[in-house]
Amino acid sequence: MCRLAAITSGSYFSPMEPVLALETMKEGHDGSGLGLTMKDLGGSFESLKKYPILSGISSKAGAKVLDAYMKQAGFKLKHLWTPKIKAVKGIEAREHYFARAYEYPPAYKNSSMAEKETLLMNTRLAIRKIGEPDQSIFVFSFYPDVLTLKEVGDPLEVAEFFGLDKDNIKAKIILAQGRQNTNYAIYLYACHPFFIQGYCTMTNGENTAFVPIREFLSGRGFPGYMGYNSDSEVFTHILHYTARQLNFPLKYYKDVITPMKDAEIAKRSDAEAVRLIKKTMRPLCIDGPNMVIGFTPDGTCFMVQDSKKLRPGVVGGVKGKYALMSEECGVDSAVPKRDRATDIFPMKYDMVIISPQAKEVKVWNQLHG
Amino acid sequence: MESAARLDSNHKLTLKELPYIIRWRDDRCKRCGRCTAVCPVKAIAPAVRVQRSVRSEGAVPTPTAKRTIVHVVEQVADIEKYCTGCGTCSLVCPNEAIEPEYNPNNKFLHFKNKGGDAYKRGGRRNDPLVSTLDKLKFTRISMLTDPALDAGRHEFRVRTLLGRVLPPEEMPLTLVNGELVVDKNSGKFIPPVREIYPIMIGSMSVGALSPPMWEGLAMGISYLNEVEGMPVVMCSGEGGMPPRLLRSKYLKYFIIQIASGYFGWDEIIHSLPHMVEDPAAIEIKYGQGAKPGDGGLLMAQKVLKLISGIRGVPQFVDLASPPTHQTKYSIEEAVAKMIQSMSMAWGFRVPVYPKISGTKTAKAVLNNLARNPYAAALSIDGEDGGTGAAYNVSMDKMGHPIASNLRECYLDLVKQGKQNELPLIAAGGVGKKGNLAANAAALIMLGASAVSIGKYIMQAAADCLGDEHNRCNLCNTGKCPRGITTQDSKLYRRLDSDKVAERVVEVFKSADVELKKIFAPMGRSTELPIGMSDGLSIDDKAIAERLGISYAC
Repeated sequence: MCRLAAITSGSYFSPMEPVLALETMKEGHDGSGLGLTMKDLGGSFESLKKYPILSGISSKAGAKVLDAYMKQAGFKLKHLWTPKIKAVKGIEAREHYFARAYEYPPAYKNSSMAEKETLLMNTRLAIRKIGEPDQSIFVFSFYPDVLTLKEVGDPLEVAEFFGLDKDNIKAKIILAQGRQNTNYAIYLYACHPFFIQGYCTMTNGENTAFVPIREFLSGRGFPGYMGYNSDSEVFTHILHYTARQLNFPLKYYKDVITPMKDAEIAKRSDAEAVRLIKKTMRPLCIDGPNMVIGFTPDGTCFMVQDSKKLRPGVVGGVKGKYALMSEECGVDSAVPKRDRATDIFPMKYDMVIISPQAKEVKVWNQLHG
Repeated sequence: MESAARLDSNHKLTLKELPYIIRWRDDRCKRCGRCTAVCPVKAIAPAVRVQRSVRSEGAVPTPTAKRTIVHVVEQVADIEKYCTGCGTCSLVCPNEAIEPEYNPNNKFLHFKNKGGDAYKRGGRRNDPLVSTLDKLKFTRISMLTDPALDAGRHEFRVRTLLGRVLPPEEMPLTLVNGELVVDKNSGKFIPPVREIYPIMIGSMSVGALSPPMWEGLAMGISYLNEVEGMPVVMCSGEGGMPPRLLRSKYLKYFIIQIASGYFGWDEIIHSLPHMVEDPAAIEIKYGQGAKPGDGGLLMAQKVLKLISGIRGVPQFVDLASPPTHQTKYSIEEAVAKMIQSMSMAWGFRVPVYPKISGTKTAKAVLNNLARNPYAAALSIDGEDGGTGAAYNVSMDKMGHPIASNLRECYLDLVKQGKQNELPLIAAGGVGKKGNLAANAAALIMLGASAVSIGKYIMQAAADCLGDEHNRCNLCNTGKCPRGITTQDSKLYRRLDSDKVAERVVEVFKSADVELKKIFAPMGRSTELPIGMSDGLSIDDKAIAERLGISYAC
């Protein structure tokens, strides 16, 4: 089972914090990969908030292809960040790790954010299509103020490999996953967290309903619903579909992935709508055992459980900094000075929602609101 | 020496040509006559024979012939009175003196066409081999990477939806104070959807079935709904429903079928204003898996007073439903008009769906339905489905196996992103070898939202004697020895409707346990694993490829 470590904070912090939290949960992952998605970036990206950042890995040849493609698409490179690679035994360094901030093509100067998001996603998909067959380019995210790093290996070693302990890269929200490989090949595109148009999630547990969910999402006719090298990628896409495409408030994500019984729904003030959602989105029921941590474009973070609560998950912290972890020891590592009695262990009906800048934590309950 | 004339039996059949040969034991038989009286086809008869024995006593051979009169039970070597192997004779014999034995070398079909009449029978396809459904295995077992669920402890929701489901994008929802509400002013039609148990009892008519059999099924499903909380539904078949039931609160557990003969619909339409509940759904029958392209047929001998009353026809006439709905000439019209009219009759509160026989053209029907927002489902009945009466050739040689037919329809819907919008109901051979839950689960994982059973429930709930060695299969003659498919009160009084109901409940409760025993180790409990094809494997590469599942051996 994968281990998850997420921190949301009102101030910038180093990505080493969630990595060290992962280290405390080491018995739970097999070192098959580390994925980091950072949002609301500090350091050298602090002044580049409105510029989309393309995160990925490429070969030298791939980098040239990438440059040519971006130039032809009208993007102008604004800033390039590359991790300072330190040789670590067991991690095979690839040629070029990058996070590149671009200026939008001139034609998009006055476009809406939705139009820009479409452009960014289509660009990312096009690059993925070019680079995937020969594995010369991997791109994980292309969005303003979001940076993603992924590599196969033990999380702490990967962090050292990227030189994160020395770099001044910082963020206010970081999702980190230490991967326990299950049924799917160890592959960069299979590493969490997964990201699409501002929505990001990571998951532990196997997704037994993967195939029907994948087929349902693929049938939506949305080009971004692809990939699925991991059965967990669908959780991100369900979130995106629910919150962005259908414009539902975030809490309905919980109703979609873990629908309640009809008798329970009857007690809700929005029963009629929830009943309809349960039917129309029936194939998106996750059926567990899973715990999902994610963030939305506005910087809200959340944690949800499957309907049988078969996976561990805990949220703890103080106002201004909260940790969302697979295990209590992860929270201890991230926010040691807190009242442990206030830690939240979300149960099967709960969705823990932390507002942007980690100002407030709320538990929304499917039954009681 | 016998005369030459008596030896010349050249135009008689030998018993070896017949499908079942009676084994009668002289030493055990006490000549009570029960077997010959009960035989539904008069394949055995009491006979008086002269027995010649030669005896010799003393040291020197002095043979003397003695003729004695003996009473025997004989099998009749007449193709019109062939032994069907039903075994009713064995059932009534007090001394286990008689039983039919299957004769695999029979040449029955060579002869069963006397007078130019092609062989008609009931039952299902006479193919005793293992079907694709029975070859499918559930191979994706959660174990160590993830905890398997506990069939006895975790909560399972084994339910499905019957009815057209809107795509999420078309839900008429609006946000009010951060909550979603259904927008009543949107003018958007939200089709009726029922939550039902994924195994339903398929269409078998009052008329095809005897009163106690139909009543037993009806009581069984009512009990399952009212007492056990299992929303099992049952289809009426063509031929209407008892008027009191139409006007009762139990109507909601029934799917009313309309077929090309419209039998029983006069009564149904007249009952409409008096209905206190809506039916579960309306099924429009376009085809039947057992006899694709053939209409319904209720033989004259089954059209007695009760049936003639419900169906609104004279007694003792053959009731043939045409192969197609005669007033329609194209699929667009047939489907759209029928669905529309039926929906309208119940104020668009009842799901209306067509049933077709398994066919290579199923996808054409499917796509037509996918475009029709009022089509509530598609039921596909595969070649192993049963029937009360059909030509043997239709049953044995016509039709399409359900597995690949269902799978390609499901994948076609997946391609259009409509797999949740139009539920597929699969039927035809579910439980053929007794594996009801496993067959149902396999079809669900191939993409069925629900499955229908017919023959299985007759066998399991009322001991129907029929099998795939053409045993019994007398459903069409009105001589059902179990009293299941007959209108002859002398026969159907053998059947106790309470016992049938009890068995229906037992069958569904045990199938429910078995479904959970299948779903739990696969990590599924909250929603039915419709289309979870990664859970299935088969030890046949060609089938695996055709169904898009994995090969395991």
